[in-house]
Amino acid sequence: MSLELRNVTKKVGGETHIYETSISFDVGGFNILLGATNAGKSTLIKLMAGLEKPSSGEVWVDGDNVTGVSPQKRNIALVHQFFVNYPHMTVFENIASPLRVQGIAKSEVEARVEEAANILQLGPMLKRRPQELSGGQQQRTALARAIVKKSKAIFLDEPLANLDYKLREELREQLPALLSGRGTVVIYATSEPTEALLLGGRTALVYEGRITQMGGTTEIYRTPSNLTSARVFSDPPINLAPVTKRGDRVFLGEHLSWTVFEKAAALPDGSYTVGIRPHFVTPTEPLDRSVALRGRVQITELSGSESIAHFAIGEQTWVSLATGIHAYRVGEEHEFHMIPGQCFYFAENGELAAKGRDHV
Amino acid sequence: MKTETQRGWLFVLPVLALVAFNALVPLMTVVNYSVQETFGNNQFFWHGLGWFSDILRSERFHAALGRQLFFTATILAIEVPLGVAIALAMPRKGIWVPVCLVLMALPLLIPWNVVGAMWNIFTLPDIGLLGYTLNTTLGINYNMTQSPVAAWATIIVMDVWHWTSLVVLLAYAGLISIPEAYYQAAKIDGASNWSVFRYIQLPKMKRVLTIAVLLRFMDSFNIYTEPFVLTGGGPGNSTTLLSIDLVKVALGQFDLGPAAAMSLIYFAITLAVSWLFYTLMTKDES
Amino acid sequence: MSRIALRKLRHSYMKAPSSPEDYALKEIDLEWADGGAYALLGPSGCGKSTLLNIISGLLVPSEGQVLFNDEDVTSLPPDKRNIAQVFQFPVIYDTMSVYDNLAFPLRNRGVAHDAVDTRVREIAEMLELGDWLKVRASNLAPDNKQKISMGRGLVRDDVNVIMFDKPLTVIDPELKWKLRSKLKELHQRIAVTMIYVTHDQTEALTFADQVVVMQDGVVVQIGTPVELFERPQHTFVGHFIGSPGMNILPCEVSGGRAVFRGHPVALEGPITGSGARMEIGVRPEFVKIESEGIPAVIERVADIGRHTVVEARAGDETVNAIISSEPPQVGEEVHLGFEPAQTRVYADGWIATEKG
Repeated sequence: MSLELRNVTKKVGGETHIYETSISFDVGGFNILLGATNAGKSTLIKLMAGLEKPSSGEVWVDGDNVTGVSPQKRNIALVHQFFVNYPHMTVFENIASPLRVQGIAKSEVEARVEEAANILQLGPMLKRRPQELSGGQQQRTALARAIVKKSKAIFLDEPLANLDYKLREELREQLPALLSGRGTVVIYATSEPTEALLLGGRTALVYEGRITQMGGTTEIYRTPSNLTSARVFSDPPINLAPVTKRGDRVFLGEHLSWTVFEKAAALPDGSYTVGIRPHFVTPTEPLDRSVALRGRVQITELSGSESIAHFAIGEQTWVSLATGIHAYRVGEEHEFHMIPGQCFYFAENGELAAKGRDHV
Repeated sequence: MKTETQRGWLFVLPVLALVAFNALVPLMTVVNYSVQETFGNNQFFWHGLGWFSDILRSERFHAALGRQLFFTATILAIEVPLGVAIALAMPRKGIWVPVCLVLMALPLLIPWNVVGAMWNIFTLPDIGLLGYTLNTTLGINYNMTQSPVAAWATIIVMDVWHWTSLVVLLAYAGLISIPEAYYQAAKIDGASNWSVFRYIQLPKMKRVLTIAVLLRFMDSFNIYTEPFVLTGGGPGNSTTLLSIDLVKVALGQFDLGPAAAMSLIYFAITLAVSWLFYTLMTKDES
Repeated sequence: MSRIALRKLRHSYMKAPSSPEDYALKEIDLEWADGGAYALLGPSGCGKSTLLNIISGLLVPSEGQVLFNDEDVTSLPPDKRNIAQVFQFPVIYDTMSVYDNLAFPLRNRGVAHDAVDTRVREIAEMLELGDWLKVRASNLAPDNKQKISMGRGLVRDDVNVIMFDKPLTVIDPELKWKLRSKLKELHQRIAVTMIYVTHDQTEALTFADQVVVMQDGVVVQIGTPVELFERPQHTFVGHFIGSPGMNILPCEVSGGRAVFRGHPVALEGPITGSGARMEIGVRPEFVKIESEGIPAVIERVADIGRHTVVEARAGDETVNAIISSEPPQVGEEVHLGFEPAQTRVYADGWIATEKG
């Protein structure tokens, strides 16, 4: 089973929603589309699902050109951000509905609904109606409906966005196991970089109607091929600053500089953009070789087990992410430590030139 | 893209055909009559815009139009505020909600000619409940067939009784869609009841009230059956509204040309005023 | 501005509540200092919205008192309490300009024209709405509309408390953190008591100096973000705060020692309580993979870039660990160790160890 977009574009009115894109997905594993709201993820899904027709280009499924074939004839499933269930049907009937449409025998319907319900732990709720269920159970019902029909492809468009974070954690953990090994192409859209990392698989980064990079999720996180990909795949935002390289030293502004080694040292002298992820800017001194940054704390954010601080040095703002809860005081000076060995160096055209730890 | 647009038109085609049959064809017949003169025997002669200039200069038409405008303005001035007031007074939750709604909907369910007949009997001075009470018990001289004032009062009260419910139901639908948080916020902001009405309820009801006013305008401007059954346009010509006059010309006198011209003028007025209303009321939304 | 106290507060939505389960709020005693930033945090249905409505006066509690500066306001309606509230969905007066929206609460209270003008401009500047003052409020984006709702509370200098009821629900994820930090900044500048109700840990911990965690109508812990993370007083707090939450593992206690699956576990200090259900609580951040300790099999490994989240199975129990060093492979047999200073015992859910 495979799904492919060939030179697809989508224009609505005078606006281009998707620039020429070619991409293919195979069965097995998780395929993730990661990008901000309105980046084009939903449009890509609609094009692949046949809910929208490309302005040019073709959609291929298993070696057949299906451009223009209606979604009803494509044997696909789609799970939305909103919990879409039939309110007047029981959970059983909801899950069975795609099978009823296909005219499958009653006994088989029962067996398959039961199987799907068991996988999603909906067994005891089969006789209830959707409105009697919690948000998580409603979304699990929608998921069960998607997996029950053994479709060629399942599209999930930010399916967890409207759930409480504890439920989100739980379902996110279960999803890859639930959907893999079913012989379908799984495509999952999300706007959260951390969610993509937790799900693993392969990721395509989407930015303003273009796919900027695609590959194994952790690999492209570790090695963003250009500035845009680095920005898209970072939460909190990646630190970026203009630097000048002279010999084996890199200079940031007037006061900061550090030595570079190996591939980074071999770069021609000149201007670059340095990128460093927030968790390599720490509030306490790390074990690695580090450069001290003294800045005024502007904004702090505490998630349950991590602390984020935005601080300013002159015009440049930096973001630091640390494990555990740190009680920063907004407006005060604080010393942070940046690990140069973890920097990315981007050339003036935005392409990745070297990583701090690249070997020659 | 181009093929898509063309296919779109195909889908609309059946509706267009239906509309053409329903509205355009009869309308064109009327237009055809309005520019011709006939002396019977299906013989028609070109008359140009003669009928139109005749009608527009006719005092009879001016009088009927005046009466029509007065009627519509009066019932709008009564029904809209009254409807809003009743909607505001209705309960918003609890067991009384369905009861109120059914009571409100009752007058709307009665056929128009029945409404006219009901009020006709209701107001008879000798046996009608209202007519008898006013004349005999209260000693007020009330007789629709003799007094133009009594006739006018009766058709206005009848229309208010029949149609205020429509405004109430629409306004009520607008009211119950306002989230509770708005009222709570207004309380916290120290707003008076008048402020709550002026800045929360009225703006949120505006859309439905626009529809209510439009519907009531068009309906009342085209009203025929009820006043015809009730007063027959009398006494004299005192309650002869435009539509009643039109029917008199068309069917009573069988003057097809003038009647057609009158219909078109009538139609143009309704269309123009409706358009004006709508534009004014939705103007500041953009 | 004022100090807020809740005394023996209980509330039931039923006419004749008989058992504790009938109460949406079960006996709450709280004391909030003047000018503090507080959060009420808990899952949906925990009673936090009920509590908020009682403080704002939209709901009269079945029992107990609400005191503002020692004055009993329990049965006063909202407009008599001098409070302000920001709702889940932005509430704005559609037909008014941004300026008139902000001026509305002051004009209703008969504040002089010049004073209104000064105050409105000052607050609009703080909220970065200065350029929008003449625009019709209905034409603004949701985040700016929500700023207007906040502004109508901030313009008044007579407010006892400003309450926020999940105020970021309809705000785009990309704008949420901006508004969140704006709110924090406003609190530091205006120093009025603020209460923020949410089920989102990041919003609560970021905004508040003190967080009140609620579950099933009971306050399970009141503490600073650091206290909630480092020393949860209840297993629910440990589970609810942190992603992934605290590992809660059933254990036995014998001779003053905690034993998990036959292995004695070192704790932060002596065990002080007992109960029918004894559990060990340790956050994934403090679980290590070591050469000896509790045997477990690795079930899942998620590399999230800054660290690896590892799910290990020890018998019937799943133990989450956050690993910064080289992660193990799925299926690998490992030994787990818990950092003693961050390992505690809970009896029937409540903390039962003392810091040694």
